Amino acid sequence: MNSRTRIAALGAACAALLSLAACGKGFDDQGSEQTQQSSGPAQLQVLIGSSGDAETNAVRQAAEEWAKKSGATVTVTPAQDLAQQLGQAFAGDNPPDVFYVEASRFADYASVGALEPYGDKLSNAEDFYQSLRDTFTYDGKLYCAPKDFSTLALVINDDLWAKAGLTESDVPKTWDELTAVSKKIKEKGITPLVVGDTRDRIAAFMVQAGGWIISPDGKQATADSPENLKALEYVQGLLKDKLLQYPKQVDAGWGGEAFGKGKTAMTIEGNWIKGALKADFPDVKYSVHELPAGPAGKGTLSFTVCWGISAKSKYKEQAIDFVEHMTSPEQQMTFARAFGVMPSRQSARDAYTKEFPEDAAFLNGADYAHGPVNAPKMDSVLADFDTGLQQLATTSPKQLLERLQKNTQAALGG
Amino acid sequence: MADEAMAASRRGLSAKVRENIAGWLFVAPVVIILGLFLLVPIFMALWVSLTDWNGQGSPFRSGVPFVGLDNYRRLFAEEGLTRQDFMTSIRNNLYYVAIVVPLQTALALGLAMIVNSRLKARTFFRAAFYFPSVTSSVAISVVFLFMFTGSGAVNSLLRMLGITGPMWFSDARGVLHLFLDWLGLVDIENPPEALTSGGPFGLTWWEWLSGPSVAMCTIIALVIWTTSGTFMLMFLAALQDIPVSLEEASLLDGAGRWQRFRYVTLPLLKPTMFLVLTLGLIGTWQVFDQVYVMSQGDPAKTTLTPAYLSYRAAFRSFEYGTGAAISFVLFFIIVALTVLQRWVMRTRRS
Repeated sequence: MNSRTRIAALGAACAALLSLAACGKGFDDQGSEQTQQSSGPAQLQVLIGSSGDAETNAVRQAAEEWAKKSGATVTVTPAQDLAQQLGQAFAGDNPPDVFYVEASRFADYASVGALEPYGDKLSNAEDFYQSLRDTFTYDGKLYCAPKDFSTLALVINDDLWAKAGLTESDVPKTWDELTAVSKKIKEKGITPLVVGDTRDRIAAFMVQAGGWIISPDGKQATADSPENLKALEYVQGLLKDKLLQYPKQVDAGWGGEAFGKGKTAMTIEGNWIKGALKADFPDVKYSVHELPAGPAGKGTLSFTVCWGISAKSKYKEQAIDFVEHMTSPEQQMTFARAFGVMPSRQSARDAYTKEFPEDAAFLNGADYAHGPVNAPKMDSVLADFDTGLQQLATTSPKQLLERLQKNTQAALGG
Repeated sequence: MADEAMAASRRGLSAKVRENIAGWLFVAPVVIILGLFLLVPIFMALWVSLTDWNGQGSPFRSGVPFVGLDNYRRLFAEEGLTRQDFMTSIRNNLYYVAIVVPLQTALALGLAMIVNSRLKARTFFRAAFYFPSVTSSVAISVVFLFMFTGSGAVNSLLRMLGITGPMWFSDARGVLHLFLDWLGLVDIENPPEALTSGGPFGLTWWEWLSGPSVAMCTIIALVIWTTSGTFMLMFLAALQDIPVSLEEASLLDGAGRWQRFRYVTLPLLKPTMFLVLTLGLIGTWQVFDQVYVMSQGDPAKTTLTPAYLSYRAAFRSFEYGTGAAISFVLFFIIVALTVLQRWVMRTRRS
């Protein structure tokens, strides 16, 4: 072929390749149109981020019950990597009808219109704890129903506690008591407290001091408030005196591992530590207590997941009915027994406390817990804050908070 | 001959054209697969890097906002967290490349020379040196995670020599900072004002001069150990290609071992050296597996690399445009360095 033909052939090949980009359907912007709803028997696709076989089986069983009751078909799929699979599903324009939405990712999904705000269509939305409802409210609308929740509490190793000569009455109820008790434990050569080096643990101190990263309406950054500064200075004091250690400093991956290996007398973790200790460190005797109160009273963090319904689903009515079934008080107690989470409905509170009295500290946290930051585009800002917290022992808390304030303002405003 | 040609043209196509068509048909499957799964996604990603796509629906539909070079501008010119994260990752990767490429090339060459000589149990050593390269990078990363814990194998060995090893994966201090501190030139806790105020691209001079962190050094050790085997094989093949007569001639001329290495072996290894350096540059600028498995950018973002940052920006923070832009900037960096290296090695020959 001569060079002209060659160039023409190459150009044609490139054009053919690029035209492949036109393949696929659904390119018209249907954002403003409502997706066609279909009544009648539904075929729901449910994607969950399961914590293990116990959860998958329990959810599948509950879904089957609902399917039989309503004459629909439900397919429950446990995701390998929920965030990534959801991301791919959204990009491919065929998301599952119902899926787990983690509280920390909720605002990102809600702000791009991926979720259907069905909070006003729920039969008894006030039954869910107020702090959980706040976590899943964006732009004044309740978007989804929380399926369960966990809070942070102080987990104490009973054997090491006794070894340090302490009793039930010495359990710290304030920051000062925490410092005093930790000093006593340290004198006996035991690491007093191991806490994860991330905002998902240390921000509990900020809540106890009465501060938070963003304002309640999610529109303003409040990171450099004096309350937050007090909290970080307190934690820094504990770090410098070696009363509080980070898990990596004691060769552990997280607080629960350090606790299970007997490296620390106390740790601050959530409900999931029960399952982890039972599976990996069954011989450790422990008790759970509420976190010590700070200058502004008691405070803790809550972690929760909601049942998100896709805005592009064809079976929204049926999906809402499905969610109602999955979050009924009886169903939530079944899940609590199956895989150790706490029901998100206040009406299930008494039943839970009766059956699991040792978890009272976790459950009481629901009254004063604060959910994760629910503003969009905060992920890298919070990761940067985590980086700063990792070096809290050697940096100035004021600089850390100023940096967080600057980044948060940029993320919220821009 | 003319009869045959006329007969062929009467049948339709000439032999040459038929040969061309046959050739293209043979190559067609690979071209289609490469085009569909390699070229087209690259152009799609280029498009995404010019938009502010939020991950909902296809990036080619009409509503997706086109922002032009905004994503690239935010990486270089606009003060903010994006630029700081990107420049931190570039700094980390610069030190990583500067240490890994020379060391792994030198180690590969050294191992190849050892295995090429008349050593007993040569085959065993060849297999042993090559073995780390065939292992899964994820598996080796996990093993190194265990080895370098505070009470792990490495620290135990150091303790036998009387040294207390650092907490490798939670130590964010830069090696260069520690060296300057040890020399007494600066105090690592209170760096001089001149260095901590102002600096290019949003990072202070003090941060640019940090060197790799202690945590990054474990990743460097891992990568040098695993990739030197592959390059050793390339050097070995090239060494075995050197004619023995040349070496004998140099011996006759009275050249010592070092002179023989420098004036006979090295010049003949130049093409392989170019290959190893290019592959090394490309591989080190794309480091991702080890960061993903071992440290995820921690501690204090000192093991953050552009490839990992691109993944995190796109899939964790849903900033697909920024993630795609970072990967294209990385592409340009690698191409520029390869061209530079080729130029440097070409002028040396004359």
